[in-house]
Amino acid sequence: MIGISHYLILSGILFSIGFMGVLRRKNLLMLFFATEVMLNAVNIAFAAIGNYYGDLSGQMFAFFVIAVAASEVAVGLGLLIVLYKKYGSLDLDVIATMKG
Amino acid sequence: METLVYIALFAPFVGSLFAGLFFARSPKNIIVGIVNPALIFISFLASVALAFHVAEYGEVHIKMMDWISVGNLNIPFGFLVDEVSVTMMVVVTLVSTVVHIYSNGYMDHDKSFNRFFSYLSAFVFSMMILVMSDNFAGLFIGWEGVGVCSWLLIGFWYHKKDVTPDINPAISPSYAANEAFIMNRIADLGMLVGLFLIYWNVGSLQYDVVFEKLPHLADGLLVSIAIALFIGAMGKSAQFPLHTWLTDAMEGPTPVSALIHAATMVTAGVFLVIRANPLYSLDAVAGVSYFIAALGTFVAFYAASMALVNRDLKRIIAYSTLSQLGYMFAAAGLGAYWIALFHLAAHAFFKALLFLGAGNVMHAMDDELDLFKMGGLKKVMRGTYIYMGVASLALAGIPPLAGYFSKDAIIETAFNEGTYILWFSLVFTAGLTAFYSFRQVFLTFEGEERYKKYGFHPHEMYKYVLVAMSPLAILAVVAGWFQETFHEFIIAVLPDYEMSHHTHHNAWWLGLLVLAFAVSGIVIAYKKYAQKGENAFKQDAEVENGFLYKLLMNQYYVPYFYVEFIVKPYTVISEKFWAIDKAVVDGTVDMIAKVLYRTGDKTRTMQNGNLSSYLNWMGAGALLLILAAAVSAVMG
Repeated sequence: MIGISHYLILSGILFSIGFMGVLRRKNLLMLFFATEVMLNAVNIAFAAIGNYYGDLSGQMFAFFVIAVAASEVAVGLGLLIVLYKKYGSLDLDVIATMKG
Repeated sequence: METLVYIALFAPFVGSLFAGLFFARSPKNIIVGIVNPALIFISFLASVALAFHVAEYGEVHIKMMDWISVGNLNIPFGFLVDEVSVTMMVVVTLVSTVVHIYSNGYMDHDKSFNRFFSYLSAFVFSMMILVMSDNFAGLFIGWEGVGVCSWLLIGFWYHKKDVTPDINPAISPSYAANEAFIMNRIADLGMLVGLFLIYWNVGSLQYDVVFEKLPHLADGLLVSIAIALFIGAMGKSAQFPLHTWLTDAMEGPTPVSALIHAATMVTAGVFLVIRANPLYSLDAVAGVSYFIAALGTFVAFYAASMALVNRDLKRIIAYSTLSQLGYMFAAAGLGAYWIALFHLAAHAFFKALLFLGAGNVMHAMDDELDLFKMGGLKKVMRGTYIYMGVASLALAGIPPLAGYFSKDAIIETAFNEGTYILWFSLVFTAGLTAFYSFRQVFLTFEGEERYKKYGFHPHEMYKYVLVAMSPLAILAVVAGWFQETFHEFIIAVLPDYEMSHHTHHNAWWLGLLVLAFAVSGIVIAYKKYAQKGENAFKQDAEVENGFLYKLLMNQYYVPYFYVEFIVKPYTVISEKFWAIDKAVVDGTVDMIAKVLYRTGDKTRTMQNGNLSSYLNWMGAGALLLILAAAVSAVMG
């Protein structure tokens, strides 16, 4: 029987994968994917907990997150295209111009 | 009358601001040279008008405004014009007017012409505050004001380089200015203590209130106040052991020496003692008063002895100033305050004249001061010769010139008091005075024209300068004739001092004795220094190697003593403390700065513009926060 804990563990694993992706990836596009993974890990947790407590707010919240994520991706991808046109690359090490 | 008081007081101030604000950076401007003397002259006219007013209607006491009013402390800006202060005001403004006009000629080629006039007028203003104030606080403000102005003026040629003391004992104008300032600070501490004691025990600094309540104070307290105030007076009037600054102050321009170090500022100490006469005439402080008289006599002789051998034109006059200040203190200490004030006024006239004459000589000799390089200047500088001759005769106390009356009165006072040691010292010093002043005059103007050998081309000062000096010359001659008038005028505020019958009987031979000393001093000087030919001037090697000569030439080694035992140890201690200061205080401050700087430097690398590393830092921060939240949750 799949219980709440399985969902939460899956969510945790997914979140960690996403988190590691944010920290380790150098490609901006990949960073976007990683953030999407993290957001969806949270969505799983919301939906699971909402279902567990019989409360619809969790699932509603998940929809909101999906909507925000979608708009974020729409803006973000637009920016990425501009960045790529400007630098010819999306590697963070390449597009870093500040000399700290 | 109020308006006159304000005109007399503020005209010099306006002059100072006028020259200082509008012309400080511009080159020599003749407008300054006309406006400033004119303003001082207006101040002089106002002072004379006030003098007549005071003589007829008594003192003028006005309160301009409240100055400090905190709790029980109430010090107004008030001015008291009575017989004493009006005498000082007339003397100060008269001498200042002449000096201002004279400076036009003397500072003709100086590029800081305007600055000089600004300082000079500021000095006159400070001096006016000093003498006109109706309370000790105002007096102290003026006291410090003249101190600052004298610092500015002595160090006027601050750009002159340091030289070793064997070439120039004062080293440089800036050194001399600092020396004068620091010595005065030391004395001012005494003065401040005196003021605090007065305020603490009387609760006011107004002259009238203080002098009314003084007799009710304890004897020990009165003595402390008298001593503390006199220490202040010693500094300003350059009495032993705080006297070395006065001769070094000759590094300043000569008009400054005439105005400050002869006629006005150095008399402030005498003025203080005269002003505080109700204090110094109390029986409880008789010991202090006698000490003042004894110290004055000592300084009179001490300074005169150093003047005997000095070769520097201006320093000799400076020593004679010291010596005459000693006379004034002797009179004031013996209770003859009006005689002290009389000598102060008379001395101001002939001493300023003497200094201005010396300025003429310096001007003619390209700032050469060594008497032995001059001689025979009377041919080219007849006017100056007459002026300096008259001034020296007055200084030597030859009748009927001013010095005769005032100095003789002091010497008579010493006889009258039965202090025969003081009396004889003063008589003997009168002989020395006559000798050294005429040694100087004869070495400068008579005898062979030694200056030719050194390639000088002396020339007389401008005509208008000589004309401007004439009031001083006239006063140096006639001032003494008004002794009785002055006496009647001044005893309205100062205690009268009358000679006893015994002294009256002996007055004729006392006067003759002083005169004999003075005349023989002049005769010896003439014999030794005024001849022509071979004997005109032989440097006596035997005398010059003698112990006495060296002692006098080195000012009794007092300056050396100060350098060796005060200045040098103080420098060593200061350096030690400086090191400690650098390690502890500076170290702490530096460390704080360094920590911040290093932290910044190390963490700077975080801002490398790489989004990935930003995210890493952010992630680490987030983890840290979660950890902290978890720990605090677990700890409850």
